[in-house]
Amino acid sequence: MDLNYTDEQQDFRTEVRTFLNKSLPIHICEKVRLGKRLTKADSKQWNKILNDQGWLATNWPKKYGGTEWDAIQRQIFEEEACLAHAPRIVPFGLTMLAPVLFAFGNEAQKQRFLPRILNGEDWWCQGYSEPDAGSDLASIKTRAELDGDHYVVNGQKTWTTLGQHANWIFCLVRTNFDVKKQAGISFLLINMETPGVTVRPIHLIDGEAEVNEVFFENVRVPIENLVGEQDKGWTYAKYLLTHERTNIAGVGFSNAALATLKHVAASIMSGGKPLNQSPYFAARMAQVEIDLMAMRTTNLRVVSAAAKGQAPGAESSMLKIKGTLIRQELSSLLRRAIGPDAMPYLPNYLDSGDNADPLNFEYAPAASPNYFNMRKLSIFGGANEIQRNIISKTILKL
Amino acid sequence: MDFNHTEERMILRDMLQRFMADHYNHEARRKLIASGEAYDKNLFYKLAELGILGAMFGEENNGFGGSGFDLMVVFEELGRAGVIEPILSSCVLAGGLLAELGNDIQKTIIDDVITGTSILAFAHGEPQSRYNLNHVVTTAETDEAEIIINGTKSNVINGKQANLLLVSARENSNEYDETGISVFIVPLDSKGITCIDHHNIDGTSGARIIFDNVRIEKVARLGKIGAAFPAIETANARAILAVSSEAIGAMEAAKTLTIEYLRERKQFGVPIGSFQALQHRMADVLIEIEQARSSVINLAGHLETKRDTRERYVSATKNLVGRVGQLVAEETIQMHGGIGMTDEYALSHFVRRLTMIDHLFGDVDYHLERFITLNVA
Repeated sequence: MDLNYTDEQQDFRTEVRTFLNKSLPIHICEKVRLGKRLTKADSKQWNKILNDQGWLATNWPKKYGGTEWDAIQRQIFEEEACLAHAPRIVPFGLTMLAPVLFAFGNEAQKQRFLPRILNGEDWWCQGYSEPDAGSDLASIKTRAELDGDHYVVNGQKTWTTLGQHANWIFCLVRTNFDVKKQAGISFLLINMETPGVTVRPIHLIDGEAEVNEVFFENVRVPIENLVGEQDKGWTYAKYLLTHERTNIAGVGFSNAALATLKHVAASIMSGGKPLNQSPYFAARMAQVEIDLMAMRTTNLRVVSAAAKGQAPGAESSMLKIKGTLIRQELSSLLRRAIGPDAMPYLPNYLDSGDNADPLNFEYAPAASPNYFNMRKLSIFGGANEIQRNIISKTILKL
Repeated sequence: MDFNHTEERMILRDMLQRFMADHYNHEARRKLIASGEAYDKNLFYKLAELGILGAMFGEENNGFGGSGFDLMVVFEELGRAGVIEPILSSCVLAGGLLAELGNDIQKTIIDDVITGTSILAFAHGEPQSRYNLNHVVTTAETDEAEIIINGTKSNVINGKQANLLLVSARENSNEYDETGISVFIVPLDSKGITCIDHHNIDGTSGARIIFDNVRIEKVARLGKIGAAFPAIETANARAILAVSSEAIGAMEAAKTLTIEYLRERKQFGVPIGSFQALQHRMADVLIEIEQARSSVINLAGHLETKRDTRERYVSATKNLVGRVGQLVAEETIQMHGGIGMTDEYALSHFVRRLTMIDHLFGDVDYHLERFITLNVA
């Protein structure tokens, strides 16, 4: 065992930090620092800056323009990016669809779609969940029927994150109703500008509408947009889900959230002393910090055990559960720390680039919305209950 | 011992429950809030006509209730429906303070509060005070026949919807002293007042109110100079009982929605309520809500006892209700999945209110610390 980073790794960290200090635009950094809402333009700008540096696709092979970093390098990059208050890289094209295309896409699909993911021409979203297919994903009903050289798609997807920005959606569709439900699913790429596609926002508990319903009514999709073989989509879907979980622990986000929490708890006064000297609050902060210190190592143990470029197996369920609990607790503590000022709902402030808090404390307005938003972590990407099922079945063999 | 409400209170409860079921629905409430309104004025007057506002006051103030169990019965139903109308601010907090401190002339205002024609707000918390009731730095200086108020009040519940403010200010002593604090009646439209209105996360309304050399007459003071703190603490105790009862109503509503969902929602071909993992968690939610209810009953039953006894129950109840509120909020969302997070579905509104109640009048940690201090004293 050796817990020290090598000289090379430390140099890499310095290089990443220098780049972030130089390149992350201040208006984006400030929004992320204060938990404010990012626009599509903000996300695209940051993607472009990373792509110009060659650092956008940290999980891609070099021949497609990726960095081919190992697990430790990716972890270092994630930690530094979060501490610098860089936006989260929107994962749908880069870390979800791309691995599927590398593994199962044909050459034409790779040539057509991969460069457009990197250069930001396409914004992808995910068409997996349906109103009656959440945790039981294989029971999707959206159907695609072959008509000449097109599939005709009818049905509905839901919880489509940032679908309002997207021009492409990768979908699980049912192409065979006569077989076991997992055996009749195909993986289809659909241009959202095709007639018959409608996107409707879903307003959430935090006042935002980051998810959507997507409706398909006689949407004609060229047959060349089928990934792999017809009816084999479930295999690709599961492959994608394991990749979705590679960064699921969110250690970088938690590091940044803990730093913010400590800063706030040191500056908020209660009864004449800073909140971090209140034994009850200090104990809560210490508890989650202790969990996070262990989580960093658990995360590195799991991701470095996986072969280079591969996703970890059922152990990633462990990372998802513990990682999301830590992130949720941190968001809960920040809300608690803010006190009475966590009550006002100030959407104009959350949307604006102006950081002067109209009421009190710059960290206050986003604290409660962010706490509510973080409830999604234990629901999406396979609810934590499903992750526990996976652990019971695959690791415990129960 | 008798754990049943009196017949009068059961009639009050049934009447209010029926009225809310007929006149208050989630969709209308959601649209009202989205339109920027603070509350439904018609509904507020109807609640006044039903005597709900009067039930917050004792007979000596022309009300017909005012005891701990009256507050409990009414606020549980208001919580079950998700009411945002200004009853807590006007009738419990500021109204309670006026009933406690006011002279006969000042108390005539209560008649208008009971009919809903006057709305009061209690401007007490300040940007630096957090949950500490004694941390008042707003000043009141006497200038011959007048008093001049300077300072900033924050998160004043329904501050902008009120026509009269009850404002706490320091006339003498130091920053954290309990002595030296007085309460004054100040019309919202007085010269020198700036009022910034905002919605809260849970659909209720608050305000930041800045007092810049606001001049009022001496007769606007409630009670003796610098002696208002015990009455502020009493009004706060009543408000904590009210929001804790409201939390019970919101928890019951969230529980009901979740049980229905567990029965109806099918995944893997069966209702998700058939999974033992969820059954056990729902059982725990039920147990904790019953504990919260008992804790609220304890406080309601000790609201009129001597200060030290009452305040132990105040902090015990607010701590326990805060803990259970968070559990119920987080578990009911999780058991619903994504649908539980949507604005369209009523659950997310009960969850928001339950969560924000912990930010009112002291949170779980504040009251744990206070309970320990009260035990040592």
